[in-house]
Amino acid sequence: MLKWYEKAGTEDGVIISTRVRFARNLREYPFPDRLTLRQREEIVEKVWDALSASPIAQGFSRKNLSELSEIERVSLVERHLVSPELISSPEGRAAFIYEDESISIMVNEEDHLRIQVMQEGYNFEKALELADQIDSLLNEKLSFAFDSDLGYLTQCPTNLGTGMRASLMLHLPALQESGSITRISASLSRLGIAIRGTYGEASRPVGAIYQLSNQLSLGLGEQEAIDNLKDIAAQLLEREKTARKKLCENLTVQDQIARSIGILKSARLLSADEFMRLVSNVRLGISEGLIRNVSPEAINALTIHVQPATIQLRSGKPLSASERDALRAQLCCEGLPG
Amino acid sequence: MICQSCGKNNATTFVKTIVNGVLSEYALCPECAKQLGYSSFLSDFDFHFGNLLSQNRDAAKAPDLECPFCGATFEEIAKSGKVGCANCYQVFYDRLLPSIQRIHGNTRHQGKRPGSAALVLRPHADVSRPQELVAEKQRALEKAIKEQDFEYAAILRDEIKALTIKEDGEDA
Ligand SMILES: [Zn+2]
Ligand SMILES: [Zn+2]
Repeated sequence: MLKWYEKAGTEDGVIISTRVRFARNLREYPFPDRLTLRQREEIVEKVWDALSASPIAQGFSRKNLSELSEIERVSLVERHLVSPELISSPEGRAAFIYEDESISIMVNEEDHLRIQVMQEGYNFEKALELADQIDSLLNEKLSFAFDSDLGYLTQCPTNLGTGMRASLMLHLPALQESGSITRISASLSRLGIAIRGTYGEASRPVGAIYQLSNQLSLGLGEQEAIDNLKDIAAQLLEREKTARKKLCENLTVQDQIARSIGILKSARLLSADEFMRLVSNVRLGISEGLIRNVSPEAINALTIHVQPATIQLRSGKPLSASERDALRAQLCCEGLPG
Repeated sequence: MICQSCGKNNATTFVKTIVNGVLSEYALCPECAKQLGYSSFLSDFDFHFGNLLSQNRDAAKAPDLECPFCGATFEEIAKSGKVGCANCYQVFYDRLLPSIQRIHGNTRHQGKRPGSAALVLRPHADVSRPQELVAEKQRALEKAIKEQDFEYAAILRDEIKALTIKEDGEDA
């Protein structure tokens, strides 16, 4: 079965994927920070039982975080299935993952449940529909903490109301190049929308991949929050596209793009950071018609497969940094058409 | 702890990320957190909770109420920014509400309810009070966003927030 990130998304060359996440808590337990290990384990069982009794049970696998190796745990984050927070303290925590990796239910992260749906490209309709259905199915067996004024009750008041975070993963090389992301970020934050780097250190995003998400969840419905986010995304997309056109008229930039695909195809050692920088140029080249025989979904799949932990998981054994760099270069050489 | 981005201000936001296959934590000051898209609302919220806390201490030192279900006190909630349990929202409702209003600009849930579907629910305007000004600003906000004038949009969003707060206050 193809993973969601191995399928073709939209053609705009900017929006890589869509995510919708619901926070839910069981009425009869304190919020996660006040749970004993035993209570956390009880909750994992209850949620798993509720999921197993539902018509969507088939296709889900259960990952008890404390039973996984560190490589397996980090790879879950690299594949966007769980948050760094979830793996930071694995005891009494779990993730229930659908086989195509488009659905993940985190148990005992900041809330008892985090129901998350990922879709390739720009697809809020499908992502919201699925998250909504899973929430309703689980709610048949589990009683969620809800208040008619405050909505779904969450450990952190920032998630009250719908408990929803909707987000888009965007490739914004031209806006990053022009240095306008931090300014945009500061003004968007006042509109209740956040934009942050996906890869690399918090202060030094790598590969120009950003996540745009709503920060407000109380007082506006799911659809309304998504519509707001879509408005902003449409504007960013337009800005990015205009900036790209201009950027790519520059011969130095064209040269960088051409060299980047060349290095990716022929290098013998590639660090994760270098890979992300080169792939960013290649994505730009594909969207501007400067690179023709590479598909965006091949790039998306490669990006996931060569991440430091995932590359080790797929090779079946722990690898040193230089072994990873060699294998990464080999995978690029094989995965990209000559 | 000093912010790891600017190396100058005190860090208040701690971000967990995976860097080169290793889980690491990054400390950011409020300004850098805002620019990098991390939890600006949360830090505003902490700040506000901090204020509440000191007012509370000055005021008549009421015996600290405990949530009968989970044992959390308001002081613990204010310090951590995390609520103890669902029941805490009832116990500390009045004290939590100003912060909730400040974070979301609203205190009334719209959207999915248990037993319903999220998809079909379009929010309906509350017509019981005059909201023309808010509606007008809302339209201006949409226009500002369309025209990519994020600075102006931010101002409008603040004004709308302020108006909604006032209105809710008069309502009570
Ligand atoms: Zn700083
Ligand atoms: Zn409580």
